[in-house]
Amino acid sequence: MLLLKAEKKQLINSKGIRLDGRKFDELRPIKLEVGVLKNADGSAYIEWGKNKIMAAVYGPKEVHPKHQVLPDRALVRSRYHMAPFSVDERKNPAPSRREIEISKVIREALEPAIVVEDYPRTAIEVWVEVLQSDGGSRVAGITASSLALADAGINMRDMVVGCSCGIIEDTVVADLDDTEDKEGSGDMPVAIMPNLNQVTLLQVDGIYTRENFQKAFELAIEKDKQVYAMQREALTKKYFGEGVSTSGEEE
Amino acid sequence: MPKKNYVVETIRKAEMTLVLAKGKRLDGRALEEHRPIKIQTGIIQKANGSALVTLGNTEVVAGVKVATGTPFPDTPDKGLLVVNAEILPLASAYAEAGPPSEDAIELARVVDRGVRESEMVDMTKLCLIPSKTVYTVFVDVNIMNVDGNLFDATSYAVVAALRTAKMKKFKVKDDKVEETDDMVPVPVSKIPVSVTMARIGDSLVVDPNSEEEAAMDMRITITTDDDGNICASQKGEASVISPAQVLQAADTSIRVGKEIRKLIKDASG
Repeated sequence: MLLLKAEKKQLINSKGIRLDGRKFDELRPIKLEVGVLKNADGSAYIEWGKNKIMAAVYGPKEVHPKHQVLPDRALVRSRYHMAPFSVDERKNPAPSRREIEISKVIREALEPAIVVEDYPRTAIEVWVEVLQSDGGSRVAGITASSLALADAGINMRDMVVGCSCGIIEDTVVADLDDTEDKEGSGDMPVAIMPNLNQVTLLQVDGIYTRENFQKAFELAIEKDKQVYAMQREALTKKYFGEGVSTSGEEE
Repeated sequence: MPKKNYVVETIRKAEMTLVLAKGKRLDGRALEEHRPIKIQTGIIQKANGSALVTLGNTEVVAGVKVATGTPFPDTPDKGLLVVNAEILPLASAYAEAGPPSEDAIELARVVDRGVRESEMVDMTKLCLIPSKTVYTVFVDVNIMNVDGNLFDATSYAVVAALRTAKMKKFKVKDDKVEETDDMVPVPVSKIPVSVTMARIGDSLVVDPNSEEEAAMDMRITITTDDDGNICASQKGEASVISPAQVLQAADTSIRVGKEIRKLIKDASG
């Protein structure tokens, strides 16, 4: 057992540099593209570190089965699914308990941004497919889904953008990758509506002092806003072409 | 549980919001007051550990079963702990028989997270032969009656059942495990306490009952350990919470958690 401990890599060194060379609050490289699938009403593709995730939106469309119809608003459905080849050991393609829970929290993170009252008796479907997973896939999925919803032209109150923070070797850091997620001591995905300053997703695991909890939570919100600038840029690029300035917020 | 009656719920919500603005609740509780908690352990003789918890009219039974099995490849020196929950069809007019619903899966996973992340169970002590044989601890929860806040009731039942659980001692001999007649306690230390709050309008209320859950905008569960650390949390429902309210909820969960930890400790030795 001692051997196992010795083998464990140090995730962050004395200078505060992480295994992949990032500083404590540095994000992995993020690439966003809007409108990438032909059939979908809206779609977006995100690469975030080694994450490669496709999000597609269909709807507003007729609700099947009929008894699920909501008389005063749209029914929002979502599915988060990992491809069998997206992880080290082949993942059984059947939805796992983890995927079912994540599908639920993704739906609950996106729905507050959708003006569901504008589309009574319809369904809006959000499909998130993880082609390659690298830690923080749910927040990357939410970030892409929100772009896909906007691309589908669905009325929204705000965008939804996510980022996770966590703790490695007692230090609060932003945007955990796979290794940091598995070997670190805490993960906290947070999604917000940046203009309304409201939290739509919050999950926590790990051990946080009250102080570290607040630190990680506030860092996640700060990083969410940084990713939001990239979201805006991706949407602007799709609809107004390149070279159009968004707001000067981008990094 | 799905919302079933829009008209009644909308009217009740309006009434509830009025009362909440005065710092009160329809059932007379203060905003941070939980319903009476009753914990009874050792109620199922055939289980390694068990507990019946009532939280107001919410009633759940947890049972622990310990066996041996193979560890996960990425944690070869740790035992297995699995929490599962089922909302039985006898528990509510709205519950249905069949495979676990999305709600039941979320419930089990959030409770599991609190127990696991608090390091309540010493998983390394559950290892017999690394990479080969470990103790497997299954905690199954049956929801018997639904009246809101299944998260906390389930968590208290799981923790109380684990704290009183005894398992067969196994000996390792020539790289094989052998069952003995001795019974030893499941290696537990900390007491994680889950505190669930509902946001109704602008107010956060602790331990929402069914009626409050039907009217709530958002739900948040925060689990804390003996040292006042936060070890798990989950926001639920398709609505929002402000950053300031998240921090308020964290403080409330630490404060209320301390009180409930005493109850769990007293009831489970």
